[in-house]
Amino acid sequence: MKATILVRPKPGILDPQGEAVQSSLRQLGFDVDNARVGRLIDLELGNGAADPEHARAELGRMCEQLLANPLIESFEIALDE
Amino acid sequence: MSEEPPPKIAVLVFPGSNDDRDAALALDRLGAEPTLVWHAERELPAVKAVVLPGGFSYGDYLRCGAIARFAPVMGAVRRFADADGLVLGICNGFQVLCEAGLLPGALRPNASLSFVCRDVGLRVERTDTPFTSRAEAGQRLTVPVKHGEGCYFADAELLAELERNGQVILRYEENPNGSVAAIAGVTNDTGTVFGLMPHPEHAVDPLLGSADGAVILGSLVDAARERILTAA
Repeated sequence: MKATILVRPKPGILDPQGEAVQSSLRQLGFDVDNARVGRLIDLELGNGAADPEHARAELGRMCEQLLANPLIESFEIALDE
Repeated sequence: MSEEPPPKIAVLVFPGSNDDRDAALALDRLGAEPTLVWHAERELPAVKAVVLPGGFSYGDYLRCGAIARFAPVMGAVRRFADADGLVLGICNGFQVLCEAGLLPGALRPNASLSFVCRDVGLRVERTDTPFTSRAEAGQRLTVPVKHGEGCYFADAELLAELERNGQVILRYEENPNGSVAAIAGVTNDTGTVFGLMPHPEHAVDPLLGSADGAVILGSLVDAARERILTAA
């Protein structure tokens, strides 16, 4: 089973990377009002996580314990069953 | 009466640490007996304090400090801290302690997106801590910073708690990285774990522009020495 995790800076958290990207896009002539830069993590789960419900719970724990810092980042889990 | 033995202080070495030797040299000069401890160790030697040095542990992968937190030695550091052991995290060490939950808050990329590498002025907010006892009330210190991700973040609720508890020990005079409330260094709620972005170990000799870092590291050596005396 494959899963994709999206990690984003929480709303209100200063994202200087996003600001730099936005300003660069504007310099290229694109009309962009805001940009936020996060992180994408593709995972291939082992057989131990074959049950989608179990896999989802495991992925939630992975995010909370390592993949995201809950203080500053939110995460979204997409499971490719 | 025989002379007091120097207090032993562990300096952790992660893959990618690069200020471990500077920290050890500074502690040695200030009268401690530093001992380098590799990240793969599961136990700490008998020490009176632990220092997590600056650098780029595990290449700063994922987030600064996020991987180092899982190093085998960190289990021992957590037990040491839980037993009220003195723990100091400098720069990357500060990031590791935040990621490990041993210190509150998080460190984010500098607001300017630039790596800052220069001397900064710091204001000592409290002198009744094991890390600032050598400072005078309101003393101004000049200590260098060198980091790309030193923007300290705490949400409004946490920040209010830190201020209320007096956990903010050092503040920048001019904020170099966008940290909330210009915070340069914070302690845990018991005051025994301290993290700061500036590098006191790079400022222990006037030849290097400032010896003010000795105020912080010397305070730690004093506190570690006291712990030998109270343990004896």
